[in-house]
Amino acid sequence: MTVVRFCPNKNNMTRNLLDLQIGLNTMIDKTIQIEEAVNGIADGATIMVGGFGVPGTPFMLIDELVRQNKKHLTLIKNDANESGMGVDHLLRNGQVDRFIVSHIGLNPHAIQLMNEGRLEVEFCAQGILAERIRAAGAGLAGFLTDIAMDTMLAKGKQTVEFEGQPYLIEAALRADIALIHAHQCDPFGNLTYAGSAQNFSPLMAMAADTVIVETENLLPLGGIAPEAVHTPGPFVDHVVHLPQLTEAYAVVRR
Amino acid sequence: MYGDKNKMIKRAAREVLAGMTVNLGIGYPTQIVDHLPPNFPVCLHSENGIAGQGPALPFEQADRTLIDAGGAYVSTLPGTSFFDSAVSFALVRGGRLDLTILGALQVGGNGDLANWTIPGKFTPGVGGGMELAQKARRVVVLSTHLDKRGNSKIVSQCSLPLTAPRCVDRVYTDMAVIDITADGMVLREIAEGLSIDEVVAATDVPLLIEASALTTF
Repeated sequence: MTVVRFCPNKNNMTRNLLDLQIGLNTMIDKTIQIEEAVNGIADGATIMVGGFGVPGTPFMLIDELVRQNKKHLTLIKNDANESGMGVDHLLRNGQVDRFIVSHIGLNPHAIQLMNEGRLEVEFCAQGILAERIRAAGAGLAGFLTDIAMDTMLAKGKQTVEFEGQPYLIEAALRADIALIHAHQCDPFGNLTYAGSAQNFSPLMAMAADTVIVETENLLPLGGIAPEAVHTPGPFVDHVVHLPQLTEAYAVVRR
Repeated sequence: MYGDKNKMIKRAAREVLAGMTVNLGIGYPTQIVDHLPPNFPVCLHSENGIAGQGPALPFEQADRTLIDAGGAYVSTLPGTSFFDSAVSFALVRGGRLDLTILGALQVGGNGDLANWTIPGKFTPGVGGGMELAQKARRVVVLSTHLDKRGNSKIVSQCSLPLTAPRCVDRVYTDMAVIDITADGMVLREIAEGLSIDEVVAATDVPLLIEASALTTF
């Protein structure tokens, strides 16, 4: 193998390498069937689920998690979807012990479970939830913030004085599994998200030991331009192609 | 006569200045967009990762991948951007949000805001409320003056759990416009047809009043 030390035209680099028949590798194929991907999730797992409302919620991975009836899960998600939708199926099926979340107001059923003491809920300020996940993904143990100081959400949290100011210590939040919906994905796991569907997904995709992605648009390698990638492939473990989306992904009529 | 929500919203809409980046809370604040002049240069931020949010869309025109933080289907404008939730709150905590207009359950005389929970009765979770209230450069409340039972939402001290302490700069209600200052709450404007006494009687905190400077809306 020859080392290319100089490439006069960046755009032609791939072609130059091909012409020289040197050092050209290909990306790993991570595609997998949905049953197999979810089968790897253990009872008692901590699972991050992307999405804010419908956009970004991986409904079909959730459906498969319900079908395989994995139990005693800790769920981390921005919201509880709506009654009868998305993660609410996990709640109704009694699969969730604990829920770390910022807002469950659109799901009266989740509020009821919490009020009846059947679901342990840890509320977190939305941007702090995002930052705790991001910190874990970046290999940090936590961070200092003044958000939520002198409020109910500061209870039980360690405070520290830093450069003369008091702060809360917020612990990084990591999970065993992240379930992600991508607008587009290639076999290596390079992802793009559509519209407001990014929300927590790029953060969660960095913060779990096993990252499972579902997509309706599985493109060949090179199908996503390098500069258009939102989540780079090295963060992703499994890619599930959805030939058809269920009704759950559609616009909700209110 | 008080109770004209439309007038209250219209008055509060004058808070939004050209060039601002603004986050509007769920409820009355969202309706402020209906009172902005056409082509008004303002950047609407939504917590779920939108800057430059466009008008809401009816069901038939909705894009399934594009909602605002309140769950309404919205549109893009030339110049709209999408980003993740960490970026979205970096914008808030980092000081790039010029104004937030929020609803309230209670506003304390010192600017304390309670708008996220009534323990045992209303427990939806705080969402992005704490960060908006604590870190927006200007925090304005838009709310009815009285709650459903007729109690003043403007109180000397909040009895409900706080969203953020000492964060509110100004309150717009259907009865009055009130500033929170270092000296206390200052009555700036009253709704047309109301007397000063009526506003004072409906408010559970002493109001500083300079009668000659008082205007109506």
